[in-house]
Amino acid sequence: MASHNESIIREPLMTGKDITYAKITNDILLPVENKPNKAWWIGFTVASLGSLLWVVSISYTFWFGLGAWGLNKTVGWAWDITGFVWWVGIGHAGTLISAVLLIFRQNWRNSINRSAEAMTIFAVICAATYIVAHMGRPWLAYFTLPLPNQYGSLWVNWNSALMMDVFAISTYFSVSLLFWYTGLLPDIASIRDRATGLRRRIYSILSFGWTGSLKTWQRFETVSLILAGISTPLVLSVHTIVSFDFATSLEPGWHTTIFPPYFVAGAIFSGFAMVQTLLLVTRKVLGLENYITMFHIESMNKIILLTGSIVGVAYITEFFIAWYSGVEYEQYAFINRATGPYWWAYWSMMSCNVISPQLFWSKTLRTSIKFSWFLSIIVNIGMWFERFVIIVTSLHRDYIPSSWAMFYPTWVDVSVFIGSIGLFFTMFLLFVRVLPSVAIAEVKLLLKTSSEQAKKKLINENHLDPVEVEYYKESLTKFDSIDMVDYEKV
Amino acid sequence: MSKTKIILGLFDDPDDMMRGIDNLQKNSIPIYDIYTPMPIHGIEDKMGVKDSRLGYAAFCFGCLGATVIFSMIYYMLVHDWPMNVGGKPSFAIPNFVPFTFEWTILFTAFGMTITFFAATHLFPGRAPRVMDLRATDDRFVIAIDAKGNIPHEDITNLLKQAGAVEVKHNERKYVSYE
Repeated sequence: MASHNESIIREPLMTGKDITYAKITNDILLPVENKPNKAWWIGFTVASLGSLLWVVSISYTFWFGLGAWGLNKTVGWAWDITGFVWWVGIGHAGTLISAVLLIFRQNWRNSINRSAEAMTIFAVICAATYIVAHMGRPWLAYFTLPLPNQYGSLWVNWNSALMMDVFAISTYFSVSLLFWYTGLLPDIASIRDRATGLRRRIYSILSFGWTGSLKTWQRFETVSLILAGISTPLVLSVHTIVSFDFATSLEPGWHTTIFPPYFVAGAIFSGFAMVQTLLLVTRKVLGLENYITMFHIESMNKIILLTGSIVGVAYITEFFIAWYSGVEYEQYAFINRATGPYWWAYWSMMSCNVISPQLFWSKTLRTSIKFSWFLSIIVNIGMWFERFVIIVTSLHRDYIPSSWAMFYPTWVDVSVFIGSIGLFFTMFLLFVRVLPSVAIAEVKLLLKTSSEQAKKKLINENHLDPVEVEYYKESLTKFDSIDMVDYEKV
Repeated sequence: MSKTKIILGLFDDPDDMMRGIDNLQKNSIPIYDIYTPMPIHGIEDKMGVKDSRLGYAAFCFGCLGATVIFSMIYYMLVHDWPMNVGGKPSFAIPNFVPFTFEWTILFTAFGMTITFFAATHLFPGRAPRVMDLRATDDRFVIAIDAKGNIPHEDITNLLKQAGAVEVKHNERKYVSYE
């Protein structure tokens, strides 16, 4: 049969009473099919102003050149590459949720994968803008491509990690976009079949003529699984290659073999923090409490705790290896990080990334929405500082003391960064208005197996082990979308 | 002769729909197609649909991508303009790995997905051939070609027995989109 009963001791992935397939469609399409509410307009206004700031500061950079930034001869990479690595890292959670969790058959991904993937795409767009901006002459961006030219042809340097980055980021962006859009087709078809007039026409074009026939679904599932299978190593390769940008150099503090795994863990860590930042607000504003439940929030917090601990271990390992290597330049780089002029950045990073996620060992904190949101912001800040510490403190004092310098950002540096956050939120807010922010078809799969109401029905049928039922009821108490009064009599 | 072209059995539950398929198959009534708002697991076996061969396509595209980029780098870095960097060999295979890996993935993803779109006739602007508008919402639809499958009342009864909430006798195959 199509559906089976899931074990009662597993927590429900969907809550709410009298949920039907139609109600799922209605609930999720509510923001798409109706005028936006006040909260959306406020958010959109603020985000658009941020985007405007981005346009102004980027235009200023292009007009006056990179001298508008605080870079100098010693610190040639600073806020731009920090912002780039930060955004790429944030993008990683989306692919992790959509690909890795699909391979591991973690059904809780079904309700968060869509918006997490959208977040990936927007984050990678933000990251790419830093690269293009740092080129100074963005109209020459095609120089990074191996195109025949009049200089020989003089080809691109295939031995460079930066070239690998071009390939990794472009592949990552296009494959993520493809994965996301393929998954969107059935949901766009749902909007299309409910819409009329011009809307129907637009969504009809976007839906590629999706009908949901037997063979279409079968092939769709094959495609999703293979895309997930290839996206998993892809996402790991992307941040590995980003870390090569640093690790293949001879800079003290950068030239270490721990960088690839350490960057990947950090990327997932910051990505999940950003997913929390977005989804905790989205679920409230769009009324998706029944689909993005406390179980999802807690699961993500557990991943933050795990990856945060990996990052913490990596920081300590780096320090240990610097001492153990006996290389004095390496040792100085790390002592300088913790006690030099940028000590405040280092200790911000340490407290935000290593100490604060450990608070998630407490179940009360892990299941508190307000605290989760607060901590997700802290982690985002901490991860930004991590990149700043790695990049700026390593560069500002390297081998030759006579060229030691400090880096001070200008208003353009700061505006590009704040502006890119505005750009990100503008894109995300537009996305939730025109496309379903939860994968409708995938959530429907959960209704008969993993929803609260299906489990309640099982309990009411009275064939279950009472100990297991008690255990299940206890696990429900943390949910903010479940009224425990209903369970008193059962 | 009736003008009915297609008979649609509309179910509101996938398990009922599966029972509907059983009923029809027991009576040797061929099913034209099935439209559902979500993938139904186990339906392929029941309907005797063969495994998708998209995996083979994906593998071939992956091999193609790896070959293309590896040859490209070989040509540019080793053959066309070899550079002497500290006397190191031009043909440094470790440096080829990240590029080869990325394009293997790129070609696999795009090759396979485009094959999927082509095989399923999906492309931007294609007129959706929808039989019932609620098949993308909350109805699980079994479509039966009305021609040759008579009497229609028997089919209706079989579907109703299985729990169909509605049985439609449509004179047009697809819902018109104008």
